[in-house]
Amino acid sequence: MKYVIYPVALALLAAVPFVASDYALGLLIGMVTYVTLASAWAMFSGPTHYVSLATVAFYGAGAYVVAMLNEVMAYPMILLITAGVGATMALVVGLSTLRLAGVYFVIFSFGLAELIRQLITWYEINIYGTLGRYIFVDITARGIYWQMLGLAAITIGLTAYINRSRLGLALRVIGDDEVVAAHSGIPLARMKLMAFVLSATILTLAGAIASPRWVYVEPAIVFNPTVSFLTVIMALFGGANRLWGPALGAIPLFLAFEYLSAHFPDVYPIFLGALFIGVVFLFPNGVLAGIEGLRRGKKEETA
Amino acid sequence: MSLLTIDKATKKFGGLTAVDGVSFSLEQGEILGLLGPNGSGKTTLINLISGALPMTSGDIRLNGVSLAGKRADQIAHAGVARTFQLVRILPSLSLMENVMITAVFGAKSHWGQAAKDTAMTALSRVGLANRATANAGSLTYIDQKRLELARALAAEPEVLLLDEWLAGLNPTELAQGIALIRELSQSGLTILMVEHIMEAVRALCPRVVVMNSGSLIADEATQSALNDPRVIAAYLGDSADA
Amino acid sequence: MFVTILILGLVLGGTYALLALGLTLQYGIARIMNLAYGELTLAAAFILVALMQGFGISPLLTVALIGPVGYVVGSLLYTVMMKPLVARSSGGKLDVDSILATFGLLFLIQGALLMVFGPNFTSISYLDKGVTIFGVTVALNRLIALGICVVVGGALVIALATTRWGLALRAVAQTPTSAPLVGLDVNKVARQGFALGTALAATAGATVAMYQTFSASGGVVFTMKALVIVIMGGVGNVGGALAAGLLLGLVETFVATAIDPGLTLAATFAIFLLVLLFRPQGLFGKA
Repeated sequence: MKYVIYPVALALLAAVPFVASDYALGLLIGMVTYVTLASAWAMFSGPTHYVSLATVAFYGAGAYVVAMLNEVMAYPMILLITAGVGATMALVVGLSTLRLAGVYFVIFSFGLAELIRQLITWYEINIYGTLGRYIFVDITARGIYWQMLGLAAITIGLTAYINRSRLGLALRVIGDDEVVAAHSGIPLARMKLMAFVLSATILTLAGAIASPRWVYVEPAIVFNPTVSFLTVIMALFGGANRLWGPALGAIPLFLAFEYLSAHFPDVYPIFLGALFIGVVFLFPNGVLAGIEGLRRGKKEETA
Repeated sequence: MSLLTIDKATKKFGGLTAVDGVSFSLEQGEILGLLGPNGSGKTTLINLISGALPMTSGDIRLNGVSLAGKRADQIAHAGVARTFQLVRILPSLSLMENVMITAVFGAKSHWGQAAKDTAMTALSRVGLANRATANAGSLTYIDQKRLELARALAAEPEVLLLDEWLAGLNPTELAQGIALIRELSQSGLTILMVEHIMEAVRALCPRVVVMNSGSLIADEATQSALNDPRVIAAYLGDSADA
Repeated sequence: MFVTILILGLVLGGTYALLALGLTLQYGIARIMNLAYGELTLAAAFILVALMQGFGISPLLTVALIGPVGYVVGSLLYTVMMKPLVARSSGGKLDVDSILATFGLLFLIQGALLMVFGPNFTSISYLDKGVTIFGVTVALNRLIALGICVVVGGALVIALATTRWGLALRAVAQTPTSAPLVGLDVNKVARQGFALGTALAATAGATVAMYQTFSASGGVVFTMKALVIVIMGGVGNVGGALAAGLLLGLVETFVATAIDPGLTLAATFAIFLLVLLFRPQGLFGKA
């Protein structure tokens, strides 16, 4: 049954640009981008509980690869290189940091995004000569939407596959207890690295695909830490341990943030803050799990 | 050749020598008790064998192959399984998943139905088969201990290390626990067990090794070890300190 | 050149050390990694400016009084927000929970500051005259900041080392699990540690406001600098934080004057990442 439903749903989503206005299409692109980011983030951070704030380091790097190469080579080639850059970055970062425990990994991942931003800023000013770059790629908004939709579908499909594979089981065990994981024969470093590289490669590709929307890029725009924060809260809100959790968290929150930043920009941080605190205290496993828990609780009451 | 050989195993923490040149060996199918007062280095030795801690010097061999310098997962893969002194289960996974992981990532690398069958066999050996789909976080203490043992068994190990697996059980549970370990031993499994409950040691282990302050002070038949003046002194000295 | 770097670096490092003291107490004793630390600092800075501009209150008076206010705020924050988290989780789960919760707090305070004080950069001019030391001109307000750091930091080190109260704090910092065995109320000590940390954050923020330009969205930089120092000095190590703060001040001044001012922040993060990778127990801690 699901082999029919999913392709049909995907085809319907792909057909939306033919009826949507430019404004609606812009919203859709943003929404699908965050569905991709949150799902890719949860691929690694969901089961392992390693909270990464480096999302924008990869996302921004992807955009920068396009900005640097868009005048010298064809777009598909750039995407390939982007995937390579993302995987290599993740490999280097992962090899050196995945043995750090909880809190240190969080801080490291945040520091990493800032470090990359500072270094690129310095490079652009002192070596390239000017801070900003332009992206001129012959891709329409529809083209971006379809690519991002494809990437989102691949991300969720890959997560479903991982969940049912040895890797998925290993990641869940690692998230519960690394000592038990090691003593059960799970090679910790290799498993964490595999998931981290897969997740980061998708994040980097998402940055590359979304980049033509910017036209003009500079480090402060591309490496905006808010992207990392939003990704984390969306995934946690929906439930980072569930296949559809991050996507279901991303859609309403993206719309809410979009509305707030347009109409009440001053309230935006307060809303974000309240959301984080609310999720930690009320829905530690995500809203989906919270609703299920409520339902189960009611059933037990009536039984 | 012995199945498991501990050869001058030594572990130092800064200036403290927790395990000091300990040597003994286990034969295929043997069940050996590892005794000693609190703080004598028993758990540290178990940690050295399972790879939880790296050895400072010495060697540990399984079937003649050195385990020194290997990571815990490699040692598990080689056929060593263990339980923990403070029981460690995976609370967010089901019982089935808890047990299946060693079948999947252990020496035999089962997957799919084979892994489930292995896990199910292990669960039924400890009497938890009917709760396979329950969540491990909901188990009582004794059932958590059973689950941990099932996890070690599903690895289909060559050597099973039990670190005070019988501690904290009430008399009925203790009798069941002793019967379970005897059954495992009779099925041919090689077992090294750290244990404080002498009743269990007498009932299960024909031979014991005794540690005190990191060193091995006895390696002999259980009955003579328990009458050995050095062993008695070690235990009495410990209780006099306490 | 060398003397310039040394003196300016030490003066800058003094503020950094003061800034990091509170965070190292909060994480060391209360086990809460408080990512809203920089926002608490900023809040104090804004209060100092508002009190001076609105009511003509002397910044030095504010610096002296903001500590106790911070203590009360910290104590409340711990009781309302952190204690429920500590009660329900332990170990790695607490780390993740406290990071996410204080992350929320970060945005809440930032949003409140933005609404009240607006997004613009703020600064005041107070005791902004040059004093010459060994031929190097240093602003008086920066010297006062260094003085506050020396007095507060020194008093804290002595109090932790010699008083019964300090002993309790150190005991909980070292082994929170066995502290109840000797009759310590871990929850109370943790609350005190967190509150004291908040008091120090407020004092540091008010001190910084005397000479530095700041804006409502700049709290993250304070948090990051404090974190770098805490981790360099070793978590919960007050002496280590003081030394690491001075060291970071020296490094930043050196990079800014001798290499390129555009790379100071990058240098900070690079040091941070290197320490995390190779000495996560801190430069002065035991392996």
